[in-house]
Formats: sequence, structure tokens, C-alpha cells
Amino acid sequence: MDIKVRVWRQSGPSAGGKMVAYDVKGISPDASFLEMIDVLNETLILDGDDPIAFDHDCREGICGACSMVINGVAHGPEKATTTCQLHMRKFKDGDVIDVEPWRAAAFPVIKDLIVDRSAFDQIIQAGGYISAPTGTAPDAHATPVPKKDADLAFEAATCIGCGACVAACPNGSSMLFTAAKISHLGLMPQGQPERDSRVIDMLQAQDDAGFGGCTNAGECTMVCPKGIPLSLIGRLNSDYRKAITKR
Amino acid sequence: MAASGTLLVLFLFAHAAGNLKIFVGLPDFDHYAEWLRELGTPLLPHAWFLWIQRFGLLAAIGLHIWAATVLTIRAKKARPVKYAHRPKVQGSYAARTMRWGGVIIVLFVIWHILDLTLGVVNPATGDSDASQRVVQGFDPERWYVTLFYVLAVVAVGFHLRHGIWSAVRTMGQQTTKGERRAKAIALVLSVVLVAMYLSVPIAVTFGLVK
Amino acid sequence: MIMAATEFWSEGEPVVDKAAPDGPVETRWDRRKFSAKLVNPANRRKLTVIIVGTGLAGGSAAATLAEAGYHVKSYCYQDSPRRAHSIAAQGGINAAKNYRNDGDSVYRLFYDTVKGGDFRARESNVYRLAQVSVNIIDQCVAQGVPFAREYGGLLDNRSFGGTQVSRTFYARGQTGQQLLLGAYQALERQIGLGNVEMNARHEMLELIIVDGKARGIVVRDMVTGEISTEFADAVVLASGGYGNVFFLSTNAKGCNVTASWRAHRKGALFANPCYTQIHPTCIPESGSHQSKLTLMSESLRNDGRVWVPKAQKDTRKASDIPEDERDYYLERIYPSFGNLVPRDIASRAAKNVCDEGRGVGPGGLGVYLDFADAISRLGRKAVEAKYGNLFEMYERITGEDPYEQPMRIYPAVHYTMGGLWVDYDLQSTVPGLFVVGEANFSDHGANRLGASALMQGLADGYFVLPNTISNYLASGPFPKVTETDAPVVEARKQVEDRIEKFLSIDGDRTVDSFHRELGHIMWEYCGMERTEEGLTKAIGLIRALKEEFWTRVKVPGKGEELNQNLEKAGRVADFIELGELMCIDALHRRESCGGHFRGESQTPDGEALRHDDEFSYAAAWEYFGADGKPTLHKEDLNFEYVHPSTRSYK
Ligand SMILES: Cc1cc2nc3c(=O)[nH]c(=O)nc-3n(C[C@H](O)[C@H](O)[C@H](O)COP(=O)(O)OP(=O)(O)OC[C@H]3O[C@@H](n4cnc5c(N)ncnc54)[C@H](O)[C@@H]3O)c2cc1C
Ligand code: HEM
Ligand code: HEM
Ligand code: SF4
Ligand code: F3S
Ligand code: FES
Repeated sequence: MDIKVRVWRQSGPSAGGKMVAYDVKGISPDASFLEMIDVLNETLILDGDDPIAFDHDCREGICGACSMVINGVAHGPEKATTTCQLHMRKFKDGDVIDVEPWRAAAFPVIKDLIVDRSAFDQIIQAGGYISAPTGTAPDAHATPVPKKDADLAFEAATCIGCGACVAACPNGSSMLFTAAKISHLGLMPQGQPERDSRVIDMLQAQDDAGFGGCTNAGECTMVCPKGIPLSLIGRLNSDYRKAITKR
Repeated sequence: MAASGTLLVLFLFAHAAGNLKIFVGLPDFDHYAEWLRELGTPLLPHAWFLWIQRFGLLAAIGLHIWAATVLTIRAKKARPVKYAHRPKVQGSYAARTMRWGGVIIVLFVIWHILDLTLGVVNPATGDSDASQRVVQGFDPERWYVTLFYVLAVVAVGFHLRHGIWSAVRTMGQQTTKGERRAKAIALVLSVVLVAMYLSVPIAVTFGLVK
Repeated sequence: MIMAATEFWSEGEPVVDKAAPDGPVETRWDRRKFSAKLVNPANRRKLTVIIVGTGLAGGSAAATLAEAGYHVKSYCYQDSPRRAHSIAAQGGINAAKNYRNDGDSVYRLFYDTVKGGDFRARESNVYRLAQVSVNIIDQCVAQGVPFAREYGGLLDNRSFGGTQVSRTFYARGQTGQQLLLGAYQALERQIGLGNVEMNARHEMLELIIVDGKARGIVVRDMVTGEISTEFADAVVLASGGYGNVFFLSTNAKGCNVTASWRAHRKGALFANPCYTQIHPTCIPESGSHQSKLTLMSESLRNDGRVWVPKAQKDTRKASDIPEDERDYYLERIYPSFGNLVPRDIASRAAKNVCDEGRGVGPGGLGVYLDFADAISRLGRKAVEAKYGNLFEMYERITGEDPYEQPMRIYPAVHYTMGGLWVDYDLQSTVPGLFVVGEANFSDHGANRLGASALMQGLADGYFVLPNTISNYLASGPFPKVTETDAPVVEARKQVEDRIEKFLSIDGDRTVDSFHRELGHIMWEYCGMERTEEGLTKAIGLIRALKEEFWTRVKVPGKGEELNQNLEKAGRVADFIELGELMCIDALHRRESCGGHFRGESQTPDGEALRHDDEFSYAAAWEYFGADGKPTLHKEDLNFEYVHPSTRSYK
């Protein structure tokens, strides 16, 4: 199939950028979206142009590196699918496809479609862990965890840290990402001792990093490749209220 | 946001209930308006309660608008560069229109107070009863006023549909089942409220209340 | 004996593991820990350790060493330590917990692993691995890793890869992700406390050796292109496997051999490079645009039946091929194990039927994995409950509905057992250079059982390295190294010159085109089945490719910017050199063992034939200059507990 892509090109963090159009011809519908860009890049290189820079690694939907806003939707049109798992058969011959980076002040553009997501690491540093120094652990069966809690904790823990939620949120808020981690750890008995300080510190880190506030717009969960549910934000709010009233 | 919003919702329900008194009879409605002013007496002087309530309401609106403005400024800062391809709304339109919806409501309320409380833009004369202002205000000849009210009330409905649900979440509702329930409650409450409000001007315009 | 020996390599002195303890295998690790020197807590602050890699091995090592009080500097090429390729592991992690009371024990895990490795692993290391496996699960649970649980709230286990006991712990199909996030969170905690200096998007391009000791690395900041030299008292490589030498593999696009290869060029021996694990159930290639292959869980073989048409070049739809024109070849050849034969055997059988021209799908590279029987036997609901998410993934990638037509699968390169040679302390032949995880030549031998790589990565990082590195660091802090020391200046210049060279060739072929071509050569001649003739040919082809690479590659852009093609060029250049060594290693090993099947060494009915008398050793190679011959150093393997026997699945 033949398509046209319009891609955000920006040579560096402080450079200006613009959308640039490219024709891509003879793409197989079985190619993934990233493979389509690979093919385009091969021709750009041989033509002496600068290839398009984009983040990717595992290409199987688990590392969370890939990050493109495709026609205004983070990770593109297919539900619960990362950019790397999106295939060209979801488009039609002759389509014009707009490709942009995640847009958020906390995720500054580094080059073309690559943004800096280290703000997510800072949120985790602030409290997204359970302190368990190596070698001090009791037997794994010492604390049973009800299956229901364990399963829900697992669901929350499947967040891949891609940042699509931030890219889609009209407020540029990272609430879904933070809520996923708060819920994962808060649902486990091991996570209780640090539960209050965790939610307060992580929310503070989130504000400090320049993310917007959540107004429950619900866009985040719609683009989340792992289908992290909105209810986890409610869980975070409840944890937060309890934590500040205790303080 | 949730706290001020909840106060506003409470007011809206009380207000709507009061408005419905007009169906019982015009004098009853005026009694109600007078009762509002007598409330709290003799503990408080005449109309003091009304003023306390007005201040509370004003504070809630003020707080609400302040919080909304802070959130809006943060959102603008959090996304300094806009998308070239307009983001598709995938959540709900009600959620996406909260800010404009809010502004429309405030503009409406200003007009509404000038109209029915102060009577400045109302055909009824200066010291007429509340019921007269209502009846004359929504006179069939002034159908455009009614239309304006209808649009405004629908805007309120949209604002509330998302707003009530959102407030429940902010308070910490947290299960997927609870979420569906909260959505249903928000929808029912807003529809009921819209219906309660619309009944009065429409009834007057169609001559059911004279 | 073999003429090739003189042509392609020479043989040197044997290499000896001096750190290995002797005596009863059960107490070797305890005795080694006791005899290792300790570092006074007050002195740990003054000692710096560089760790390259933040996967299960590197992430857990960094968190643990930082907790112990050392100053740690960590590096990874991704934008966050959380994205290391360990995240992609699906199936599970083994541990000898015996929670099922089904007869499992440390000894049985040890036994199974030595046997599974086809008797090319060290008994001491494997025993330690089995011992430590128990602590790993405790540690991970304490960190909040959400393993699958039963209704009683206790951990669930499953049997994996045909073992007779249920010892595999798992978290749905995302075990690697959950384990890595546990290690990542522990690492972030230490970063937040200021004990680890994290450098994401930094690539190690050279090792710095001063006075015979590993003292630092040269790194490139992948955002600005700035080259810097980083110093430490010890260097740990945790940079993962090199499966991407095949271009198409289940590895992430960025996985590379550069860190290990640079160390190899500076003197670290590289052991068993040709041991590659090929996984039988991957989604086949769909065309020349293909950039990587996706693994599908092995569990599919429990209910799916593998077949191809009996006739060659049969282009009918699967549903139009009548039952008696289908060849369920695994069930036919291996009646007792059927579709559940081990990975190497299933993979090779698939290749054979495709070579006969009976493969299905694009290019004839695929075999059917059919669930029709399972669906009619168990009902669609039950199949959906068991494999629903895998079926969805398959459909997302191929656009075909596996409930309606059989899946197509094909083998793909999945794991590399070879790597830098290390002793029992995980120290390479360069003092002060430690290697952990998939990057070392690992404990698995010639073959890796399912669910054991995660175990090794975490064993190395949480429990082994922190105990053994102290023995080395106890004689530190070592004399200060500065920017102006001759070896430092030289290492930096090597990096700068190489970058300069890449950018100046300005040829007419892209880096990817070379990588793809190398991949074809490796897959064809050094893949599932190797022969003397093929390998000799491959070495010639790779040498020609290397020539061409250095004259015709085109790398756009500058060095002082984010330049993904420059990154790739460095990786591919190293892969080309590694590819040559892999072929030489495969050529020299004239036996079939584990993941290495040698055409000339098979039983009359076509099964793998090992030669324990000649090849019961690990082959550790010494680098000998770009055009010289590598030198082979053998490490003899002795089996005191588990005696070599032949694997049979008929
Ligand atoms: C699809 C898939 C499924 C698997 N499933 C299982 C399973 O079910 N069970 C099991 O036991 N094993 C499984 N494995 C194998 C297992 O996942 C790996 O062997 C293991 O995770 C490797 O961990 P590691 O820490 O050694 O390396 P990795 O996790 O690969 O980490 C490598 C690190 O090194 C860094 N790095 C590399 N090169 C450089 C450089 N030059 N400069 C700076 N940093 C660098 C990277 O950034 C990364 O942080 C699977 C593997 C794959 C590919
Ligand atoms: C300029 C005027 C207004 C603006 C900009 C505005 C904006 C908003 C916004 C952005 C929200 C979502 C906040 C969140 O979900 O956390 C909200 C919620 C709400 N608004 Fe308004 N609004 C305005 C006026 C009003 C008025 C006049 C009323 C009532 C009559 C009202 C009632 C509510 C309610 C009940 C909520 C839900 C509270 C919550 O979500 O926590 N708003 N408003
Ligand atoms: C459409 C139906 C409505 C009718 C018939 C109606 C009627 C009235 C009347 C008669 C008054 C004057 C009461 C008095 O002075 O004693 C009044 C006041 C007021 N109304 Fe409404 N109203 C309607 C809808 C609304 C809506 C939708 C809002 C808010 C969003 C609103 C907000 C107010 C406010 C803030 C006052 C002033 C209260 C005060 O002075 O204390 N009204 N209304
Ligand atoms: S919550 Fe979803 S969208 Fe957000 S980072 Fe996690 S996986 Fe990505
Ligand atoms: S879209 Fe944004 S406003 Fe909240 S619910 Fe999601 S973070
Ligand atoms: S590249 Fe890893 S999730 Fe897309």
C-alpha cells in the first residue's frame, strides 16, 4: 500500500520543529508501524537525509519505549496496543497519517519523536517501591496474599511506563501511571508500612516534575496499552485522603 | 474542587425544589421566598440567613472557579506545545467541556440574578413578588428568554453529569463496579435536576402557570 | 587432527577456575563465602563500582551493592533502567522451594539443570544456582512482586518445559516484567538515596584497563554524543545476550554484544560463543520488512498439534487439506514425547520439514500449530481461558484468527548460552572485571532449560556477586586513575577514532542492510544445524562482509548528537567480528550437544551425538587482533555427582 506520513521533525531539544510530509510506497499491510518507519528511514539515509529518530526496543509491547501520537491518538487507533504492535493493515491505501511525539512539559522533546521520560523515574524514586534490603526477606509463604488482591495488584503492576496516559490527558497529568504503582504496592501486605508516605511523596514528585492535575477526564485509560483502569485513580485519591488526615 | 462542587450541587437541589413550589400556587411560591428570608429568625435578624447562605454560595463559587483556574493554568503549563493533529476525544465530551461549560454557567447566573433576583432585566416592576418576576419573565412573548434558560440548564446538566461522577471519584470511589454505579447516579441526578429546572420556565411559557 | 585447526585458530594453555572450591558440592558456596575477604563498612563508601546494564542481573546487583554501602555508577542504553530486555521474559522462574511437596529439592534442580545443559556446565556453579534460587523467591515477594497465587493466598507453581516437578513461579505471562520492576524499584530507591548514580541513555564503548586491572569504561552520552571516561575500583558487565547477531531474534532491537566484545578485545576470554538457544514457537517472518521475531509461550505445545502437508509446495488452505494428507511429524518421529519434545529437537524438526519444501506461509518458512482438536475436545471457552491472550497477540501481529485457521510458527534465536568466561567468583580473566547474567558464559552449559535464565540473572545480582566482589575490593581502594593516564587516553582515542571512521566512510549501504546480511549468513550456517562445509563457507562470507562494511557503510549525521545509526553501526561492527568467532567455535566443536547440532555428529537415526571423551570442556577464546587467529583455551569439566548420559525422547 502507498501512504503519506507527516512527521514531527525537530533536530534537538532547543530547536524549533515542524511537520514534514513523506510518501511511503509499497508498504506491506503485514508490516508494523515501526517497520514502516524503518523502511522510510532506509530511503532517507540513502538519499542523504536525516532519518527519523524514534524510541523503541522490545517491539513486542512490553518495554514501554515506543511512543508516537498517531492521528491525534497516543499509540494510534488500535485499542490496548502499543505503537510497535500496531500494524499497517489498520490503515488504508492512500491514508495521510500524522505522527507526533508525546507532548508534555515534563516530557521535553529530545529529537524528532523521542522525548525524555525520566520524570517517571523520579516519581518512582520518591516512593514507588517497598524497602526490602537484599537478604533480609522472610520465607515467601510467611505472608499469604488473598488471590483477589494479588490479581488486582498484578493488573496494576502491568503498567509499562510508556507515558501514553500523559500524552493523551488534556491536563498533561501522570495520574494513571502514579495510581497504577500506588495500587500495585498498596494492595500487597508488604506495601503497608510505607503506604501513607508513598502516596504523599509520589504525588509531590509528580507535581514537582511539572505534570498537570487530574480532573478525571478519562482519556488516559482509553489509550493505555495495558488497559490500566480509571478506578485505580480513585484508589489513589482515597489513599491520599487517608494519608493526609493521619498526618 | 469536589468540596465546592458538592456545595453547589446541594444548592442546586434546594433551589430546584423551591422552584417547584410554583406549581402548588403562586402565593405559596412567594411564601417560600419570604420564608427564605425569615429562616433563622428570631435567632437571626430578618434575611440574615439568606445572606449567610448567599455568602456561602459565593465562597463556594469563588473557590470553585479559583480551583478550576489553577487546574487550567497547570494544564496549560503541562502541555506548552499543542498537537498538530487535534486529539480525538475518546473519553467523554462532557469531560472535555467542563471549562467552557463552567464559564457559560457563570455568565448565565449573572444574567439570572439580574433577571429574577434584582429584576433589572425583568419586565416586572421593581418591588413585585418573586412569582410575578417568574411569570412575566417567561411570558410566551419572551420565548427567547426561555430558550436561553433551556440551553443554560442543559449546559448545567452536562457540567453536572461529569462533575458529580468526578467528585465521587475524587472522594476515592475505587472499584470498577462502583465506577459504573457512580456514572449511573451522576446521570440520573443530572437528568432529574435538568427536568426540575426546565419544568418551570416551560410551564410558564406554555401558559400552564399564570 | 583437523586441518581447520591450523587455518582458523590455534590452541593455548588450558584455563583454570582458581576460585572454584572443592569438597562436597553442598557446602562449596558456604565455604567460598566464608573464605572471601570482607570490606569494612566504613571503607565501602570509598569504593566505586561501575555496573553496565540494568536488567535482572545488573539492576539487582546495583541495588544490592549500593545498599551494602558501595558507591555505584550504573549505565544502560535505554531511556530508563526499567526497559532492559529482561522485561520481555514471559514464562517464569524456577526455584527449588518444593512448595508442592512433589519431591523437588535443591539437589533435583541441580541435577535437572546439569542434565538439561547436556553436560557442558560446571557442577559447582549449578549447585549454587539451585541453592540460591530459594532466596530469590523470598526476596522478590518481599519487594512486592505480584506472583500468581492460589485461592488460599499461597504462591502458585507450574511445571515448565517438561519437568516432572512444579517449581516454576510466574506472574501471568509477564514474569520477567514483574521481576525486573522489583529490581528496578529497589534500584530507584537507591538512586533516590544518592547511593547510585544512574546514567540512562549512555552506551559503554570501551573498557579501561590500568596496571592489568579493569578500572573504568568509556561511554557515549547518546543524547549529546559526548564521550567521557568513567573510573571505578571494579567494573561489572551485565549487558545481556548477543542473539541479535542473527538480526532476527526474540531480543529487543538494541540488544548488543559491544560491552562484552570490547572487553574481549582487551583480553577477557569469550567462552562457548556458538551455544545458541533456538525457540520453536515464534511467529514466523512475514516479509523482508521484518525487524524482529516475537516469541509465543511454549505452553501452546501442550494442546496444539504440529503438522505440515505431506506434499511439497502444497498451497491449499489448511482447512482444505484432508487429514490423511497431513504429517504430524513430531508425533510420528517422537511417539512418546510427541509435540512436547525439548526446544532444540522441536526447532530442528521444523527446519527439516521446511527444508524439504513442506513449510507453510510466506516463503515456506513455517509449520502449523493446530488447535482444532483441542477446541473440539475442550470447547472453545476452555481454550480461550487458557490461551486467550496468546491468541490475541497472534492475531494482532499476523491478522489471522487462530480459532479459525491453525497458527503458523517457526523457530527463532532466543538466548545465548555463551559469553565472557568467568570463574566461580564471576570474575573474568581481566582482574576487576566481573560479568553477570546472560553476558557471562553462564551456568547453563550447552542448553538452557526454560525458566532458568531469570533465576541465574537474579542469583548473580542479588546473591553471588555481592559476596564475591568484596573479596576483590578488599584490596582496594586502588591507586587513583586520571584522564591523562596513558591507557585512559588510548581507550578514549580508540572510541573517537572509530566514530570518526564510521562517519567518514560515507558509502552506499545502510547499517541495517549489513546487519540483515550477517543475520542470513549466521542463520543459514551457524543456526540450528552446522556442518564443517557450511561453517567454513560462512567464515569466508563474514570476512568479505567485514571488508565491505568498512568500505561501503553509510552512517548519516554527526557524532555530537543523538544519532541512532551511529549507535547501530558500532553494534553491527562488533556483531560481525563475533559472528566470525561463533563460526570458528562451532567449527572446532565436532560434536552435537545441547543447542549446538553438528551435521557430522549424529546417530544413525538422526539424533544428536555428543563426544564426551573429546569435548567435555568449555571453550574459552582469546582475541588475537582483527586478522589474527583466536586462541582456544579449554576449561575441563568434571562430573562428580551427575554422570553424563544420553538424552532420548523417542
Ligand atoms: C522474549 C524472551 C522471553 C524469555 N523468557 C524467559 C523465561 O520465561 N524464563 C527465563 O528464565 N528466561 C527467559 N528469557 C531469558 C531472560 O529473559 C534473559 O536471559 C535475561 O533476562 C537476561 O538478563 P540480563 O540482566 O543478563 O540482561 P538484559 O535484561 O538484557 O539487560 C541488559 C542491560 O545491559 C544494558 N546494555 C547492554 N549493552 C550496553 C552497552 N553497550 N552500554 C550500556 N548498557 C548496555 C542494557 O541497557 C540493559 O540494561 C527470555 C528472553 C526473551 C528474549
Ligand atoms: C467559571 C465557572 C466554572 C468553571 C471554570 C468550572 C470548571 C469545572 C471543572 C474544570 C470541573 C472538574 C473538576 C474535577 O473534576 O476535579 C468542575 C467540576 C464541578 N463543577 Fe464546575 N465550573 C464552573 C462553575 C460551576 C458552577 C456555577 C457550578 C454549579 C452550579 C459547578 C458545579 C460543579 C460541580 C458539582 C463539579 C464536580 C466537582 C468535582 O469534580 O470535584 N461549576 N467545574
Ligand atoms: C430555570 C429555572 C430557574 C428558575 C425558575 C429560577 C428561579 C429563581 C428565582 C425566582 C430566584 C430569586 C429568588 C429570590 O430572590 O427569592 C432565583 C435566584 C437564584 N438562582 Fe435561580 N432559577 C432557575 C435556575 C437556576 C439555575 C440553573 C441556577 C444555577 C446554575 C440558578 C441560580 C440562582 C442563584 C445563584 C440565585 C440567587 C440566590 C440568592 O439571591 O440567594 N437558578 N432563581
Ligand atoms: S498507565 Fe498505561 S499509558 Fe500510562 S504509562 Fe502505564 S501503561 Fe503507559
Ligand atoms: S486523562 Fe487526565 S484528567 Fe485524569 S483521568 Fe486521566 S489523568
Ligand atoms: S518497543 Fe517495547 S513496547 Fe513498543
